Amino acid sequence: MADQDDARHSRLRRQLLMGMAAAPLAGLLPKVAFAQAPATSAVNTTGLAVTDTEVTVGILHSATGTMAISETGSIQAEKLAIEQINAAGGVLGRKIKYIQEDGASDWPTFAEKAKKLLVQDKVAAIMGCWTSASRKAALPVIEQYNGMLYYPTFYEGLEQSKNVIYTGQEATQQILESLNWVVREKGAKTFYFIGSDYIWPRTSNKIARKHIENFMKGTKVVGEEYFPLGHTQFNSVINKLKLTKPDVIFTDVVGGSNVAFYKQLKAAGINLEKQTLMTISVTEDEIDGIGGENIAGAYSCMKYFQSLENENNKEFVAAFKKMWGEKTVIGDVTQAAYLGPWLWKLAAEKAGSFDVDKIAAASPGIEFTKAPEGYVKVHENHHLWSKTRVGLAQKDGQFKVVYESPELIEPNPFPKGYQ
Amino acid sequence: MFGEYSLGDLGSIFAMQGFAGLILFSVYLLMALGLAIIFGQMGVINMAHGEFMILGAYVTWLTSVFFAEHLPALFGIYFFVAMALAFCASGLLGMLVEWALIRRLYKRPLDTLLATWGLSLILQQVYRSVFGPREVGVTLPDWMMGSLPVTDIIEVQINGLFVIGLTTLITVAVFFMIFRSRFGQQIRAVVQNRQMAGAVGIDTEKVDRLTFGLGCGIAGVAGSAFTMIGSTGPTAGQLYIVDTFLIVVFGGAASLFGTIASAFSISQTQSTLEFFLSGSMAKVITLLTVVAILMVRPQGLFTLKVRR
Amino acid sequence: MTRAPSFMDRKDLLALAAVAALLLIVFPLALDGFRLNLVGKYLTYAFVAVGLVMCWGYGGILSLGQGLFFGLGGYGMAMYLKLEASSVENTKIQSTPGIPDFMDWNQLTELPWFWHPFHSFPLTLILIVLVPAAFALLIGSAMFKRRVSGVYFAIITQALAAIATILIIGQQGYTGGVNGITDLRTLMGWDIRTDSAKFILYFVNAILLMGVICCALFVRSSKLGRILVAMREKEDRVRFSGYSVANFQIFVFCLGAVFAAIGGAMFTLQVGFMSPSLVGIVPSIEMVIFTAVGGRLSIFGAVYGTLLVNFAKTSLSESFPELWLLGLGGLFIAVVLFFPNGLAGIWRDYVQPSIDRVFRLRSKDPTDPGQNVAKQAASMPAE
Repeated sequence: MADQDDARHSRLRRQLLMGMAAAPLAGLLPKVAFAQAPATSAVNTTGLAVTDTEVTVGILHSATGTMAISETGSIQAEKLAIEQINAAGGVLGRKIKYIQEDGASDWPTFAEKAKKLLVQDKVAAIMGCWTSASRKAALPVIEQYNGMLYYPTFYEGLEQSKNVIYTGQEATQQILESLNWVVREKGAKTFYFIGSDYIWPRTSNKIARKHIENFMKGTKVVGEEYFPLGHTQFNSVINKLKLTKPDVIFTDVVGGSNVAFYKQLKAAGINLEKQTLMTISVTEDEIDGIGGENIAGAYSCMKYFQSLENENNKEFVAAFKKMWGEKTVIGDVTQAAYLGPWLWKLAAEKAGSFDVDKIAAASPGIEFTKAPEGYVKVHENHHLWSKTRVGLAQKDGQFKVVYESPELIEPNPFPKGYQ
Repeated sequence: MFGEYSLGDLGSIFAMQGFAGLILFSVYLLMALGLAIIFGQMGVINMAHGEFMILGAYVTWLTSVFFAEHLPALFGIYFFVAMALAFCASGLLGMLVEWALIRRLYKRPLDTLLATWGLSLILQQVYRSVFGPREVGVTLPDWMMGSLPVTDIIEVQINGLFVIGLTTLITVAVFFMIFRSRFGQQIRAVVQNRQMAGAVGIDTEKVDRLTFGLGCGIAGVAGSAFTMIGSTGPTAGQLYIVDTFLIVVFGGAASLFGTIASAFSISQTQSTLEFFLSGSMAKVITLLTVVAILMVRPQGLFTLKVRR
Repeated sequence: MTRAPSFMDRKDLLALAAVAALLLIVFPLALDGFRLNLVGKYLTYAFVAVGLVMCWGYGGILSLGQGLFFGLGGYGMAMYLKLEASSVENTKIQSTPGIPDFMDWNQLTELPWFWHPFHSFPLTLILIVLVPAAFALLIGSAMFKRRVSGVYFAIITQALAAIATILIIGQQGYTGGVNGITDLRTLMGWDIRTDSAKFILYFVNAILLMGVICCALFVRSSKLGRILVAMREKEDRVRFSGYSVANFQIFVFCLGAVFAAIGGAMFTLQVGFMSPSLVGIVPSIEMVIFTAVGGRLSIFGAVYGTLLVNFAKTSLSESFPELWLLGLGGLFIAVVLFFPNGLAGIWRDYVQPSIDRVFRLRSKDPTDPGQNVAKQAASMPAE
């Protein structure tokens, strides 16, 4: 700590000296509105793309390919946040400029573009990635070239990096509290898992299974099924559901499969008003494609729903709709993506620098009180403390929040007893 | 796994499972019919088949929005209008593509693959620019959702019945058209011997264009029907392409009977395996079985002479 | 001037020298480390494209499943690198240290049997070549012996690529699933992530590619190459002349598979991971497109075609991230409709004649043997 304090003092001294040196110059250039902005050489010691008036960040999502469906919301949220930050004076006196790259739903492309943003464009931070696979592909590049990634998606955990701030929930945060809720409120005893076949559903279900089998009394998992990404025929598994009659259907099906699954579920006469279904993969974005009437009655556990009642969220939703149209909806990941630029701004201001190392060191403990989800705080492990909520899907495509965890839940990406 | 269930339950489930297989069969057949005409009869590998289906789905969505806003009273029947429109839209686009692209490539079947792959990329991007990158949700009239309870467990999905009915209707129509109508006679004549067909006065170019348009139109209807069970987004079409080609090849490319038989056997295998295994493995085993059989019997289940 | 090896005529030698100059001198001098690494990545696809020229251009068999072989090579290398990265001290936070992290996440407690050979680097190298060759042999002998060809072969290989993807994703405990095998660090203790390592790997890659090109040239000029062309034109006549068509087809398919696998292994080394997204249908078709753009009959064209399409893809997607598919799709259609012989065709029809004209003006020696050979070579692969 002492070292850090020293460093801070010497930086302060340096800034003061530079400020004094710059003062006469500032007098000569009265139009420069950034007189109070610290000098570029002080806030950027590692050669990032920072000028006296601008700082460049990267946005790296899929604008094309199968994932564009999901990632569009994140791009929109990040652009909104950047615009709002700029309108409020920018970061350390500098406007944020962004360079947008397309990951094209292709994991090697994410690695390539991340490298381009870091090596060629020298961006100060990257807001990006969506799927675990894209993050896993880009992460070695980001660590090697010491970049800063703000990753918005709720994900499986089992990861922690100095160079990443995870603004979505990791699996235990999202799942455990809601399992407790469904057992408490619905008296659920039997669970049936249905997921898409890749790491996030499998890991999430593993955590859920351990919780159900080891930490709750008298509950069990009666089935577990995985389908290839993009699968559209669920009649066989629906028959199995009818046979096993589980108390809770627990799903983490993603993408286009979601639409097929819920439509076929409804068509097969499984009424979600009577059959409890809990999903950890359906946000307002997905309901847009599924159709509210097909999923009404299902429970979703997320940290954010568009219908949250608080002042921050009202402002956020209004601003988002003003920028992107009345009809757009905002899902959990979109909100988490919105947090990225803000958390970066706060960290940069706390560190007094754009240097990645200083931002990474300054991030733990950052509090963002204007978050649409309420209040978030960055944990030592670079994940966020957040509340988990259970929403009941409505016909209009929105969720009614039926439960909210009383306290912020600690992020725990390497959960003991769940591995 | 069945020890704890009563015999009645099991019987019901097997009945349900048979019905699920029947739905899957109809879905596969509907996907494959258009391609069977284009690939089987014309030898053209249309990699953009899925995109023609998605065009039909988007047309359905547009129609549903139009009816909901302007003719809410008739919303119950919009789906029939939508299917007709989807047939026309995909069919017309197909004829345009045939005129601009395909007719120059009849002598190079493998090149149609590359060109139509390029076309599918373009169509995907056009859909994304026009309709946005997100999925659109097609609202169905109420009468088409839900199910008819037969017993406590057995319930018959209305949209499943609808797909089965639609597939039967289209299949019968296609058979009638190919084997009973004058136009079908011309198609078969061109397939068997293009030059002779031309020599006896058949306008082979027109026949080609109409055949291609017909295949694409059926793809459009299939896409329209699939809004009931699947998703509608710019890239959803790619999901169908491998399955569809395998069904057509497995059936024996030039044989429509073969397509039906292969759709039936593949769907039954998959649906049964899915019941006993996990979905992923069922898919892999089904595909591997199909490929293994194709290696032993490359000409597919049924064969006719193929145009060279 | 040194004597050309017997399997290359003067034109080939010139073309080889041009490729060598471009890859070994021009690119390293003109491009920064980041772009050079990108070019290195593109060149790994060129291995596949050269293989496709042999299979498709000369042998007339179009495989839409080359991604499968690219993947086998790439996964082979990735498995070796992953084992090296998963030493016991690197993975001590896992419940089972010493196995790759994704296995630990999937509750595997010991290394699956088929991973064991990949502890040894020489064995890995052998397997990278042998496994794809064995697969190609199996597929090829099943299909070509029964005279499956053309469109059917294309679609069946496409299905194989699709199956491979589903299988890799489904068996994630053994394969890393949809994420692939990531976070690869060192090759026999040598950190492959540094800029200097990337620079060296680029040259290794480029030289290997030249080797593969030479190998392809050799096959083309041998009797085998001529039989391949004959087969493509009139398969039955070759068969009636007493040749076993199937065996030649199997051979060239295996050759293409091995080329693709070498490309895949180099991809893993340069990019630092391997994922199922390089195995499936889309990359397989894209590789065919590279070949078509370069000219399906031109071994050198394959390299230029791969570079051109990938440069176009990268720059279009950098400047117009939401519109690059339109340009790419248009390119495919244009190549098929207007330039069926790709870049090589353009070169032969438009550029070469004017060069020849200049050349002829300088040396009016009609007995120059080099020109005759060159003309023969140019006229041979006519469609």
